[in-house]
Amino acid sequence: MRVLLVDDEEQLVSTLAERLALRGIDAVWATSSTAALELAQSETFDLAVLDVKIPKISGLELKKRLQALYPQMKFIFMTGHGSEDDFKIGAAEAGKDFYLVKPVKIESLIEKMNEVVQQKGDDK
Amino acid sequence: MIAIRFKPKFWDHQDVAAGPFKSLFNFRKIWKLAVFLTAGVALIPLIFMATIDYNVAQNAIESEILLRTSRLVSNTRRSISFFLDERKLALNFIIHDNTLEDLNNPGRLSEILENLKKSIGGFCDIGVIDESGVQVNYVGPYHLIGVDYSNQAWYREVVERHVYISDVFLGIRHVPHFVIAVKHNLPDGSFFVIRASLDMDWFRALLSDIELVGTGDAFIINQDGILQMPSRYQNAVLEKVPLSVPEYSTNTVVYQTSDKDERDLIVGYAYITDTPFILIVTKQKTELMKPWFETRSQLTGFLIFSISAILMVIIGVSTYLVNNVYLADQRRVMTLHQVEYANKLASIGRLAAGVAHEINNPLAIINEKAGLIKDIFSFRKEYTGDAKLNGLVDSIISSVERCGAITKRLLNFARHIEVSVQKLSIQSVVNDVLGFLVKEAEYKSITIAVDIPDDIPEFESDRGKLQQILLNLINNAFAAMTEGGLLEIKVSRHNEDKIAVMVADNGCGISESDMKRVFEPFFTTKSRTGGTGLGLSITYGLVQEIGGTIQVHSTVGKGTRFNIMLPLTYKKKKGEGNACIAG
Repeated sequence: MRVLLVDDEEQLVSTLAERLALRGIDAVWATSSTAALELAQSETFDLAVLDVKIPKISGLELKKRLQALYPQMKFIFMTGHGSEDDFKIGAAEAGKDFYLVKPVKIESLIEKMNEVVQQKGDDK
Repeated sequence: MIAIRFKPKFWDHQDVAAGPFKSLFNFRKIWKLAVFLTAGVALIPLIFMATIDYNVAQNAIESEILLRTSRLVSNTRRSISFFLDERKLALNFIIHDNTLEDLNNPGRLSEILENLKKSIGGFCDIGVIDESGVQVNYVGPYHLIGVDYSNQAWYREVVERHVYISDVFLGIRHVPHFVIAVKHNLPDGSFFVIRASLDMDWFRALLSDIELVGTGDAFIINQDGILQMPSRYQNAVLEKVPLSVPEYSTNTVVYQTSDKDERDLIVGYAYITDTPFILIVTKQKTELMKPWFETRSQLTGFLIFSISAILMVIIGVSTYLVNNVYLADQRRVMTLHQVEYANKLASIGRLAAGVAHEINNPLAIINEKAGLIKDIFSFRKEYTGDAKLNGLVDSIISSVERCGAITKRLLNFARHIEVSVQKLSIQSVVNDVLGFLVKEAEYKSITIAVDIPDDIPEFESDRGKLQQILLNLINNAFAAMTEGGLLEIKVSRHNEDKIAVMVADNGCGISESDMKRVFEPFFTTKSRTGGTGLGLSITYGLVQEIGGTIQVHSTVGKGTRFNIMLPLTYKKKKGEGNACIAG
């Protein structure tokens, strides 16, 4: 499973990537949407974990662009703003994506990742 | 006492809380202006018209009385003149119809007197007086033949004037009487006079026929003011009457004067032409005006009644209107405060949300870094055995989790201030609110007992408002309790479409006199400790806004219980959602 992590906080994504790597998950990170899109041009990812609020191009916008490149790609959103309750409302609009509220527990993140990847099969 | 009881609320209103520029109205001034202006506009023309009407009516009645008196005097004068003229002409006729010889014949003269009495009447006796003033023939009740009249005043007058009517005098017979005398010139240059005395009773009958109200009187005086014959109230014949002799006038004159008892008197008089008589009619003005006085008192009574009715209506209506303006203004001030309060809360909410968000990012980094350290500890053998290091990292992670919970709650709370109607569970609202107050409760050692049964359904309501209501009530409860208090929050299903939320404390309670006012704006017992007196009134407003009701029960020293009824279905008020805050 190849994962793309995007968050404007480098400290966060880099650490998260390292931790995922320790758990055997191949994660590549970017701190801006443009960097993420560039990465996506050269590599393929099964899953993207995006911050909702990224400067210039927002997480939701980035999702649309990535989806245009890789229609099979799945997404998980993270946010530092608000509670899960609120994102249940937003989730309806964004489709079947998952939302997580920062700070995120690594265990629950991996759990979600697996869920999403499995869903991929279901969708087919 | 009555004034105090009926004193409207606005009378002593002082808009202390509104500050110097927020008070739009001086209610007492408005009330006074309304009352005096309307009363002035209504009453001044009324009183003015009533006064004019009163004077016009009184003058009309007075002149009517004067006119009637004048007509009466004129008519009476005419009948008296006619009476005298008739008799004068009768004598004239006799003197021309009979020769002196005939008249000197006692038989003939007695026949003439008899005929006169039978025909026109009013004669008492008749006599013939020769040139020397000696009565040569006489018929009548006295023996007056041979009496010399040359020295009598009337005789001198008749010789001079040919016809003469005397005033009343005693004469030789010593009985009050008056005479008509006619002089007749004979062809030889000599003359004789025929003289008749008139029946006083006939003369009096002319006056007694006059209709006079009450103590009115009609009488005849001569030009010296001597009463000529008895009238209703004047008996002293040939004595001076208490009135002064009126000024000579050819016409009837009516004037007003007062009698010796200071009563208003209307006097009408007329000089009877070619006689010494003056006819006088007197009337008591008060008696004539009596019907008018009755009408007048009725009118005055009606006027006073009308004025009081108008004043009562004006005062009532003004009080009602100003009171309504006052209530509307109170509501306006209240709304203003509510808006301020809501804005303040929203600002605090935004600030809290901002802070929470900003903290969340570094918190996430700490979380990841600590997570990585823990990962390293668990993935690398050299560290796995170090219980101390593992413990340290664990405590960092758990602290981060705690911080995360706090920021989540803050964000949650702040968000809900702005979010409007949504489906919610009362459990989550209570938990949200208590989340902020648990620490404070711990410091004050207040026990919080929450009892929310599972069968309470989720319902639609305004989460933010509900949070504020509970926050206000719980804060109040905390303020009322000392260490070791007990706060109870109990939710129950009231009926099909209502749930009851009870917030009870065992604090100091509210005194009975304060109970009535707890929901009033600006009512506070904590003014010295910074209370605005707005908390409960805003709570009351908020409960109403979400369609609920709130009641308070309290016993001093035992505690206070607030009961809120909330509808399970949220009815949107008209216009809600379109409303915006002006300015």
